[in-house]
Amino acid sequence: MTKDLRNHVLVLVVLLVLWQAVYLFVGDLALRSPLDTARAAFGLVRSEGFGAHLRETATAFATALAIAIVLGVAIGFALGMNRLAGEVGEPLLVSFYSLPKITVYPIVLLIFGIGMPSKVAFGAIHGIMPIAIFTLGALRNVPPVLIRTARVLRLGAWQSAWSVLFPAARPEIFTGLRLGFSLTLIGTLLGEMFASQRGLGFLLMQAIGLHDTDLIMALTSLIVLFAVLASMMLLACDRALRHGS
Amino acid sequence: MNMAARIAEAHVGLTGVTRVFGSDPQTQVKALGPIELELRKGEFFAVVGPSGCGKSTLFDIVAGLSPATSGKVTFEGRPLTGSAVPDGIGVVFQEDASFPWLTVADNVAFGIRRAGLSEAEVSRRVTATLALMGLADFAKAYPAQLSGGMRQRVCIARTLVQRPRLILLDEPFGALDQQTRLIMGEELLKLWRETGATILLITHALDEAAMLADRIGVMSARPGRILDIVETPWGIERDSRVVSDPRFGDITGRLWSRLREESMAALATAGQ
Repeated sequence: MTKDLRNHVLVLVVLLVLWQAVYLFVGDLALRSPLDTARAAFGLVRSEGFGAHLRETATAFATALAIAIVLGVAIGFALGMNRLAGEVGEPLLVSFYSLPKITVYPIVLLIFGIGMPSKVAFGAIHGIMPIAIFTLGALRNVPPVLIRTARVLRLGAWQSAWSVLFPAARPEIFTGLRLGFSLTLIGTLLGEMFASQRGLGFLLMQAIGLHDTDLIMALTSLIVLFAVLASMMLLACDRALRHGS
Repeated sequence: MNMAARIAEAHVGLTGVTRVFGSDPQTQVKALGPIELELRKGEFFAVVGPSGCGKSTLFDIVAGLSPATSGKVTFEGRPLTGSAVPDGIGVVFQEDASFPWLTVADNVAFGIRRAGLSEAEVSRRVTATLALMGLADFAKAYPAQLSGGMRQRVCIARTLVQRPRLILLDEPFGALDQQTRLIMGEELLKLWRETGATILLITHALDEAAMLADRIGVMSARPGRILDIVETPWGIERDSRVVSDPRFGDITGRLWSRLREESMAALATAGQ
């Protein structure tokens, strides 16, 4: 067993033991045991209608993530390539990043209405800022000697940006994408929880309203499982991009 | 080819070259000049000078990376404007400039691939250059897997593969330990003999200049001018063993006597 795998298994076992201990302490009214949750999750996945909700969330999340990546990287590049724009734009980005996004949700709803567009917009808003900030930082951290080397190798401005600047900044940009991935997922689910009639967030809100602990636990564990697996995959890609450095 | 034939032809010329930073007469900095210098075709020329004397500014101007404020710079008879690095000039910097996302072979191929050479020609040149630089076994390695000296070799290989007629080196061994520097110096001499290129080496190490160069230009404190040009007596087949030649001490001694006051002046300026 590799060291990484052993650590993951150890963390999982500790979490399950803690979960079981908390369950024994608080009882059936507030929580379900890991085994009951697994059973409920299995039942939920096989239930009629779950596929439609999952597809809805997946569509909203994938669209929001694509928008966040494209706009985030574009904003980061626009600010990173121009010193004045960077100096003016960075404080704006940082202040918007630290703003609790939920406070602008009523405005998002007014603009996009209830349904898919507002979920996508709210998810993307969460992801754009960290991706833009990391891209900007990544471009600033590119060693100047690499940019001089591009000149020495007679590369034009676009060739230099595409062949040197972007690959040099890529590992850090990817770290921003990992963060953006998690925040976009949060944003999309929040959007579904408060103003939607479909999707996993909506199902979760409905379960909370009906105090359906089985459903709450099953949904939460499925979302956590997805987020953790995706995060592990992205982390592996992140490491591969750094080529042993 | 003997030395007399190699150095008969002027390769780079600098006439009245100055560089001033800033436009406000109150705050502008006169970094360089006026410089009068001629590099002969095929010679190994080193420039030494105190810290902050404008060595790197001179390097950028000769490389075509930065314009001179006044004066004229020519490479093979054509003027350099500082807006682009002309074909035929290769540059190696002090810092590690290898691209960490590319393998050694792809690093070396980078410039010539983008210059539009056929893949067969790229492959042929890269294989030959890797062999020349002792990197053949590391073609598929990434820079992070190599030592500092090996990474600098990759950068030199990426320059050589373009077959430059003028190679500019800005303290290329500055970040390496003394033994590695001597070995890399020997390799550089070997490459110089094999390629027949003109070399301009900027360095702060007097012994490095004395061992490697045919002629050494000594620069003054800022604004840097050429105070003296010292010729070395070594033949073209020289190597690091010249450091034990009694004349080696005479050369470094002469360089230091010219530099001592300038270095003190530079330190006094820096301390103000």
